Amino acid sequence: MKLLKTLMTGAALVVGLGGMAQAEDKTKVGFVYVGPVGDFGWSYEHNEGRKAVEEAFGDKVETMFVESVPEGADSERVMTQMALDGADLIFTTSFGYMDPTINVAKKFPNVKFEHATGYKQADNVSTYSARFYEGRSVIGHIAGHMTKSNTIGYIASFPIPEVIRGINAAYIAAKKVNPDVKLKIVWAYTWFDPAKEADAATALIEQGADIIMQHTDSPAAMTIAEEKGMYAFGQASDMKQFGPTARLSSIIDDWAPYYIARTQAVMDGTWESTSTWDGIKEGMVGIGDFSNDIPADVQASATALKEALISGATHSFTGPVNKQDGSSWLASGETADDGTLAGMNFYVEGIEGEVPN
Amino acid sequence: MIRLEPRTDPSQTMIILTPILAVLATMVVGGILFVTLGKNPFEAIRMIFWDPLFGEHAFYYRGQILVKAAPLIMIALGLSFGFRAGIWNIGAEGQFIMGAVMGGATGLALYPLDSFIVFPLMVVMGALGGFLWAMIPAFLKIRFNANEILVSLMLVYVAFNFLIGMVTGPLRNPDGFNFPESRSFQDFPAAHNPELWAGTGIHLGVLTTLGFVILAYIMITRHIFGFNVRLAGQAPRAAKFAGVSPNKMIAICLGLSGALAGMAGLFEVTGPAGKLTTTFPLGYGFTAIIVAFLGRLHPIGILLAGLLMAVTYVGGDIIQSQLSLPKASIQVFQGMLLFFLLAVDVLVNFRLRISKRISK
Amino acid sequence: MDISIVSLLATLIVAATPILLAATGELIVEKSGVLNLGVEGMMIIGAICGFIAAVNTDSPLIGFIVAALAGAALSLLFAVLTQYLLANQVASGLALTLFGLGLSALLGHGYSGIKPPSSPKMEWFGMAELPVVGPIFFNHDMMVYFSIFLVLVVWLFLKFTRGGLILRAVGENHEAAHALGYKVIRIRILAIMFGGSCAGMGGAYLSLVRVPQWTEGMTAGAGWIALAIVVFASWKPWRLILGAYLFGGVTILQLNLQANGFDMPVSYLSMAPYLVTIVVLVIMSADRRRASLNAPASLGKIFHASS
Repeated sequence: MKLLKTLMTGAALVVGLGGMAQAEDKTKVGFVYVGPVGDFGWSYEHNEGRKAVEEAFGDKVETMFVESVPEGADSERVMTQMALDGADLIFTTSFGYMDPTINVAKKFPNVKFEHATGYKQADNVSTYSARFYEGRSVIGHIAGHMTKSNTIGYIASFPIPEVIRGINAAYIAAKKVNPDVKLKIVWAYTWFDPAKEADAATALIEQGADIIMQHTDSPAAMTIAEEKGMYAFGQASDMKQFGPTARLSSIIDDWAPYYIARTQAVMDGTWESTSTWDGIKEGMVGIGDFSNDIPADVQASATALKEALISGATHSFTGPVNKQDGSSWLASGETADDGTLAGMNFYVEGIEGEVPN
Repeated sequence: MIRLEPRTDPSQTMIILTPILAVLATMVVGGILFVTLGKNPFEAIRMIFWDPLFGEHAFYYRGQILVKAAPLIMIALGLSFGFRAGIWNIGAEGQFIMGAVMGGATGLALYPLDSFIVFPLMVVMGALGGFLWAMIPAFLKIRFNANEILVSLMLVYVAFNFLIGMVTGPLRNPDGFNFPESRSFQDFPAAHNPELWAGTGIHLGVLTTLGFVILAYIMITRHIFGFNVRLAGQAPRAAKFAGVSPNKMIAICLGLSGALAGMAGLFEVTGPAGKLTTTFPLGYGFTAIIVAFLGRLHPIGILLAGLLMAVTYVGGDIIQSQLSLPKASIQVFQGMLLFFLLAVDVLVNFRLRISKRISK
Repeated sequence: MDISIVSLLATLIVAATPILLAATGELIVEKSGVLNLGVEGMMIIGAICGFIAAVNTDSPLIGFIVAALAGAALSLLFAVLTQYLLANQVASGLALTLFGLGLSALLGHGYSGIKPPSSPKMEWFGMAELPVVGPIFFNHDMMVYFSIFLVLVVWLFLKFTRGGLILRAVGENHEAAHALGYKVIRIRILAIMFGGSCAGMGGAYLSLVRVPQWTEGMTAGAGWIALAIVVFASWKPWRLILGAYLFGGVTILQLNLQANGFDMPVSYLSMAPYLVTIVVLVIMSADRRRASLNAPASLGKIFHASS
């Protein structure tokens, strides 16, 4: 047993050194994906970001990725493997990679880590996420104008702040232009299950929704909207090919600018641990082209809203806004602070139903 | 016409030769697969089988192979007794989940109690959780003659939905922003199953698994229970006359496999997985069934089969990142390996005979 | 409650069709005494092969035919392993699922983001216009009717034909069937291939009609539900329909109730069909005479002629 322990300690030392052993002129960037890159949603867009890094730096970078990595021990192993193989920068692109990222980062102090959508930072671990709710405001605005049944269907994944924020932002924007608008919400309790998402879209349409929004990853709902002659918005990627007539616009996750900037920072030696939460302004949240079905005046007002969000003239959550129970949340003209948004666990006034517990 | 002729005794040569044959066959066919994907087959094969064990970073991968193999081996060991006796528990995945949930919930209920008793208690409760879950098919089989294959399989889905209900409800981390996951065991030292030596990944579950391999070996070769199990499987009537109660056999075999699966689940959730989440079950319970058969239901065989499976997992991730291969190609490769392993196994108990008589 | 029962039932029938097709195939396989746990793998292979064929020929019908062939081809792997090489059925079935999931993703590379040709609704002489029964029964594509027709055929086959009798005999007691001169292995291989082709068509229904698109891993456990339905139906063809609509219906009902603002304990509701299945199984098995009429006695057991 003693011998074993000595051996193991020796091995541990080598692990610690592993990160330093690599000295190549190429900057190596690793990407860990939670889904298949062919999901046309979340992981697909992160992989597009990776390709953009390759394109931007050409021979100066080398990227590697592993797809469909389960959260937990496997992700920790994949990250360690990338670090051992000489990665200088590793993007871990799912909330569930939070603890594994922190663990691996401890072992490789010289490797930089970037964790998407989490809340734990370290000296060599940055976090980044996008203000998708800004995009929700824009599509909520369009949906409020476009709905004839005054009912918008919303396919939600899990009742986490990120998703609840999106629901609230969309509702506030829609309600502003259409006081009669109603939101019907279905919790799918999955990020990716095309058949279930399709069923959820069908159920919402049957319950009177004529526009579908989603916070799940597959383009199934878009396909259903196309088939039933309803409208929908692309989620994560543009999804135009899945609903040529159904698609009104889309919220596009555009990680390319961030990935390129962070890679550049590692090359320049200026990388620092940061917490980034970028929106439309920085280009992390993109709004897809408007469909021709949207009247010109709505297109104009939606563009104006987008511009106002970019300039800071407008915030997605601007008072007066009450919470669902009627209590006051934001006074007139007041905007929500990032802390409240990050932990949002309540609906705003007017949304029916309860946040599931 | 080639036909199969049963051997009087299993061929010792073939026991050793067949896995090698299967791996070689997989290398050839898998190599062709990698060529069609535009990759160098020799490099790919080397990365899957050689690099995890003897490559530059093998010092790290070896430990990880043990981490990946341990739950597979522990579950498979438990299953092997039942399989020998003709009792088919294919719901180990469910027992694995229930062990993790029950043991994990015990720990979470005691949070943040800092006492040495917490972890042992969790292990016991984990094993109990798996045991009780396995007793459902056992009871229904004994009392109502309900097929244990089907009941145990159905209970996997029930367990999985129960897990989702738990992590979105009572067991959800109160400080976790509503994310569907429990508190991290890493933040609760008394309930944590950490790696014992830094950088190796090896945790208590790995050591316990090795202990069980030895124990199972003794049981199956030296102990009367091992004899009874084999008797019940091969000659149920003779077993009855020998005083082996079939009902008792069902209860023991299902209970044992359930307890081991539950314990594996507890070690996994408190260690490598770190917390209960909706994506925590990775199918170890199902893969372990394959491992049990690849290992010919023998403890040493199971140990080797579990390690082989783990090597392909670790190696599979290596070639993905090094050669930019899709995950799917690894799955196909593993599938082929399993097919070949299962296929050549026939040579252990049968010999090929070329005969003119047309086989039936 | 303003849920339209009519449209609910109509959706439910569509949602249940893939699992009904796959379950019908698996029923025949199990009746012959074979347990193939690879349904999920065969379904997804059918989903992608049918999709590729339908997209390239612009014909959903050809898509379904190719899906059936692909499912059968994959099941042949299982058949060779378990029938000729006497490999364990449970392990072989699980390996088949792993293999099928991987292979489908490889084949499907480049087929994401394509719209398949749409499957036209069957024309029932304007009966689709009838109130209530119209939308429920007469406004579907051909595969919905085919799946029910298939159940009818399987029922007739098992109950009234000599072939069905032989199949059941093989599943009940392969030694005896062999002694009577039936070709146990050949019969089982045919049954396995029938099961594969049904699963393939079920998968294609997902990718061509229900979702309709190709995405990796899109079966998301449907094959496992099909296995449960066979047990729920206690190996009786007509009950498959009930089972498929129950399993499919729970999801649809749950989503519709949610859309109407009802709070749902989703995970506990999702358990319900499986618990019901266990109860059914227990009731069936408790009466030994009745059990023997349904559950094949040789299920999962290996057969070798000389043993």
